Amino acid sequence: MPDMDKYQCTVCGYVYDPEQGDPDSNVAPGTPFSAIPNEWRCPTCGAEKSDFVKM
Amino acid sequence: MELKPGIYWVGGVDWGLRNFHGYLTHRGSSYNAYLIIDEKVVLVDTVKHYLFEEMLGRIKEIIDPAKIDYIVSNHVEMDHSGALPKMLKCAPNATVVTSVQGEKGLRRHFKEDWKFHVAQSGESLKIGKRTLVFVHTPMVHWPDSMVTYIPEEKLLLPNDAFGQHIASAARFDDELEWGILKEAAANYYANIVLPYGEQVSKALGALGGLAIDMIGPSHGIIWRSRIPDILKEYQKWCTHATEKRALIIYDSMWGSTEKMAHKLKDGLEAAGVPVTMRSLSTNHISDVMTDLICSKLVLIGSPTLNNGMLPTMGAMLTYLKGLKPRNRIGFAFGSFGWGGQAVSEIEAVMKGLNWEMPIKGVNLKWVPDPEELEAVKKTGKELGERLMK
Repeated sequence: MPDMDKYQCTVCGYVYDPEQGDPDSNVAPGTPFSAIPNEWRCPTCGAEKSDFVKM
Repeated sequence: MELKPGIYWVGGVDWGLRNFHGYLTHRGSSYNAYLIIDEKVVLVDTVKHYLFEEMLGRIKEIIDPAKIDYIVSNHVEMDHSGALPKMLKCAPNATVVTSVQGEKGLRRHFKEDWKFHVAQSGESLKIGKRTLVFVHTPMVHWPDSMVTYIPEEKLLLPNDAFGQHIASAARFDDELEWGILKEAAANYYANIVLPYGEQVSKALGALGGLAIDMIGPSHGIIWRSRIPDILKEYQKWCTHATEKRALIIYDSMWGSTEKMAHKLKDGLEAAGVPVTMRSLSTNHISDVMTDLICSKLVLIGSPTLNNGMLPTMGAMLTYLKGLKPRNRIGFAFGSFGWGGQAVSEIEAVMKGLNWEMPIKGVNLKWVPDPEELEAVKKTGKELGERLMK
């Protein structure tokens, strides 16, 4: 069962919601956080995936 | 200078500042620090390191600095925190109040283990008759940014928000012409706050419920007579609302791209569109942003040099990409000798920003024919008609 938890950026507070995805960066709605490519950056502040924590 | 009984401006005026890390500040600037005298004595923000003595002198006129109980650091950036180390030496009993990211940032900047109090968002600190309420505003414009609100005084100290780079004897908005303030505030927003429209919108929503009759930013004049005016501008800017105006940004090597820029202007004017022309050989990228913030239609032209855009255009577009202006109509143009890649490079930037691009870019070889220039003018008119519809 893929992880559909929300993840929060520890730098700026932006919340990644898998149901919404991040279409502006080609991450479709329904994409679990773990499935996002490693090059993806926080759309608000540019932080890396490693700066995110599970909510 | 007392803004409200017991609350003083103790900042520094930077008359000589003209370049703020690559952003031209033609009017200089000021770093606003505020001293609150209550049962506890509080200093809100400091100044850039080289104006420490000016700030200290102003504080000493009011109180012995050693009596300062708290120094609030609303923002880590060194134009506001720069004098913090020296200030703490004069106020050794002071606790530094800052946000979660603020503490991390200050430790990393100054390598000091100061007495920190980390304020959570919404936390209040009673200092006597007054209460300080700290609200985090992440990414307006740094992760550590927070604002300080004093409900008993209806005073908001939002650090960089609502700021302007103006060095002046005037301290309040009604002491300067509104046109100057509006332009300076727009220039500031366009160069610093523009990427964070969503965060600004959220912050404006939160502030909407508060009673505020004075806003003391960390740069420039203090708002008291024109609060609805500046809030209206911020509301517009944070939603990327623009006017039906066109901005043509270009550079040229042998005059062909420049000729095309002028023909586009002629066509736009024939459609009734006000046009602003900004050549990068005579205009700085940070000044171009002030025009960009109010222009719906943006035309960008560069010749191709060594298979790419001119370096001046490279600088402009790197800057533009970072500031992320949304909701624009874009058009690319240029001239070339053999490679011609610049126009598609410009279009790629516009596409990355999700700009509407109704007409494919025009790229002309060496020196355009008169007929080609007339076609360029026609394209300008077509773009203008779309804009004015």
